[in-house]
Amino acid sequence: MLERPPRERIHDFEEVDPGLSQEEAVAEAMRCLQCKKPSCVAGCPVSVAIPSFVSAVASWDFAGAAAIIKEENMLPAICGRVCPQESQCEGACILGVKDLPVKVGALERFVADWERAQGFVPPARSQSTGCRVAVVGSGPAGLCGAAELARRGHTVILYESLHAPGGVLLYGIPSFRLPKDIVQAEVAQIEALGVEIRTNHLVGRSVTLEDLFAFDAVLLATGAGLPYFIGIPGEQLAGVYSANEFLTRVNLMRADRFPAYDTPIRRGSRVVVAGGGNVAMDAARVAVRLGASVTLVYRRNEEDLPARRAEVVRAKEEGVNFEFCAAPVRILGESEVTGVTCVRMVVCAQDGNMRPVPSPVEGSSFTLDADLFIGAIGQGPNPLLIREIPGIARGEVGNVEVDPDGRTSVSRLFAAGDVATGAATVILAMGGAKKAALAIDQMLIRSGSV
Amino acid sequence: MYLIEETKQLADRVFQIWIRAPHVARHAKAGQFLMIRVAETGERIPLTISAVDGDSVRVIFMAIGKTTTWLSRLATGDTVLDVAGPLGRPSEIKPYGTCAVIGGGVGIASIPIIAAAAKRAGNYVIGIIGARNSALLILEEELAGTCDELHVATDDGSGGTHGFVSDVLKTALQKQKIDCAWVVGPAMMMKVTSMVTKPFGVKTFVSLNPIMVDGTGMCGSCRVLVGGTTRFACVDGPEFDAHQVDFDLLIQRQRSYLNEEKSAIEEYLVHTCQCSGGSPHA
Repeated sequence: MLERPPRERIHDFEEVDPGLSQEEAVAEAMRCLQCKKPSCVAGCPVSVAIPSFVSAVASWDFAGAAAIIKEENMLPAICGRVCPQESQCEGACILGVKDLPVKVGALERFVADWERAQGFVPPARSQSTGCRVAVVGSGPAGLCGAAELARRGHTVILYESLHAPGGVLLYGIPSFRLPKDIVQAEVAQIEALGVEIRTNHLVGRSVTLEDLFAFDAVLLATGAGLPYFIGIPGEQLAGVYSANEFLTRVNLMRADRFPAYDTPIRRGSRVVVAGGGNVAMDAARVAVRLGASVTLVYRRNEEDLPARRAEVVRAKEEGVNFEFCAAPVRILGESEVTGVTCVRMVVCAQDGNMRPVPSPVEGSSFTLDADLFIGAIGQGPNPLLIREIPGIARGEVGNVEVDPDGRTSVSRLFAAGDVATGAATVILAMGGAKKAALAIDQMLIRSGSV
Repeated sequence: MYLIEETKQLADRVFQIWIRAPHVARHAKAGQFLMIRVAETGERIPLTISAVDGDSVRVIFMAIGKTTTWLSRLATGDTVLDVAGPLGRPSEIKPYGTCAVIGGGVGIASIPIIAAAAKRAGNYVIGIIGARNSALLILEEELAGTCDELHVATDDGSGGTHGFVSDVLKTALQKQKIDCAWVVGPAMMMKVTSMVTKPFGVKTFVSLNPIMVDGTGMCGSCRVLVGGTTRFACVDGPEFDAHQVDFDLLIQRQRSYLNEEKSAIEEYLVHTCQCSGGSPHA
């Protein structure tokens, strides 16, 4: 499983990691100790029966392995690629104490890719219950919730405001981490369960709240798509992007292929990215692929970067320069970006989340030459729909408040994913959606609607 | 896929199309827009909803860039791949008293639906439309039917009053009390016209048209400064208090992709000039 060399991969949007061969997968699977009390499963937000599927792989039963995974996870080719396994299943693997943990993510991906190449077996579905559930948003939470509900026999309509389903999997995560044909294939499987996807439908606009609440239950999975701006002078200049815009132009609209595709993008020759999460890494690495020299500015130390370590390493390999303990304070330029003034930050006390709080060092400002600035300092729940729902309780970051089963303060309305938690990971969104789907199912059964 | 039910050229390079899009048409209100993508390789562009009839919506545009030129070459019975909407906040329609609805150039397209809504709310509606010359004037007859009075201006005097809509508005304001105004057109026209209403204390809305990508509040491409605060035109607008808008910034940001837009339309025309005027993807 050798990664493609940086010098080669920075010229295209193909995957960095080509995946395991059958022999490699079987050999890796055979390393699993088959623990009686598997800590890996406890580490998985959707509780995939990891030892069982790994055991199936070890005995060359890839179809069996796929069936086991899909009992709990309908998006394995996606999760195998983008889950932070190092802090979940693999982080909990007992082998990891003295040696490398079993590469659960790579195995999951291998099984899913193998199954896709063979042709999917349509998943089993319960008899129709006659209940109708609306799912709003077709990102990881929406897809997962819709799949779970459809499997239990409910009629599911999945609304998506963009022209294609997938949410952040499509517009946010670049194809060198998650190829778009893989997203399409896993979405197609969810459609095969009977989920009806209605693209170009913005709930609250194309679908009224009245129409929405005419369903027996609603799962809100609208994500965290509202980009935050830093609020520094110069952010209105041409050449300043939110990471969301920059990534959407390339990932969803294929601006990297302009003029074959009509959506343009400024490629930049010197790009400054501000932020330290996975989105910042993605933006930096896309900018590299568009031909720019990229500097990533992060206000804390390297060890504080919230991004996955593997992505930081890959970003470095691909030539992204990192400026740690620095923060942009002004974007320079008349009408277009010409530079970014930053200040050094000193990292001292810890905040409520036990994260170091950076504060600026007086007189430490310096300027980076730049013709493009990308802000990747985070995103919040899009308030568009939420603010129109009467009586909905909201949390600190504009998120929807939910109980552990995803119930909101509004009857029959559930929420899962980033809209409930604030920006988090694909798999946490799926975990939340799964719980919410089960709770919806229980509610429908108890109310006698089924 | 969304069916083009009717196409019509209204003026030099100005076209109207009726598209069947029930999810948009059934909920569309004055002031809202839709996003359209012609085909898989296409860009998403915002167009104001100009009129609604049953399950169909009307949009009017000037064929300037690649997408609008492409759209202008579609015929009745053709389809576009995506139509999303209605997007944006509807116009704040209330019984204000006397309302002026002012359209410039292709911006006149936005006026009929606002005029009709204002009229239904019990307002006395004064329409003022203008263009560079009379050949570019659109919807005159339709608006004459909707508005209580309609004034026309052309820059060159070839139709109506010789001058700008702002001049006509100023004259009207000196004669009568106007309680509310909508101004839709090129950014510079909106800026100049809003400056006319300001000293008269007229509540004035402008419909901003910055560059958009998703049109649903996800990217921030359409950010504008209103009263010193960053707002997203797609979800917080597109209509804003005219007297709070930073028009110069809007104009500056609208020019972000001039080079790309120029090369895209040039390439499109080169690649399509030999065929019978159809789409290169047909």
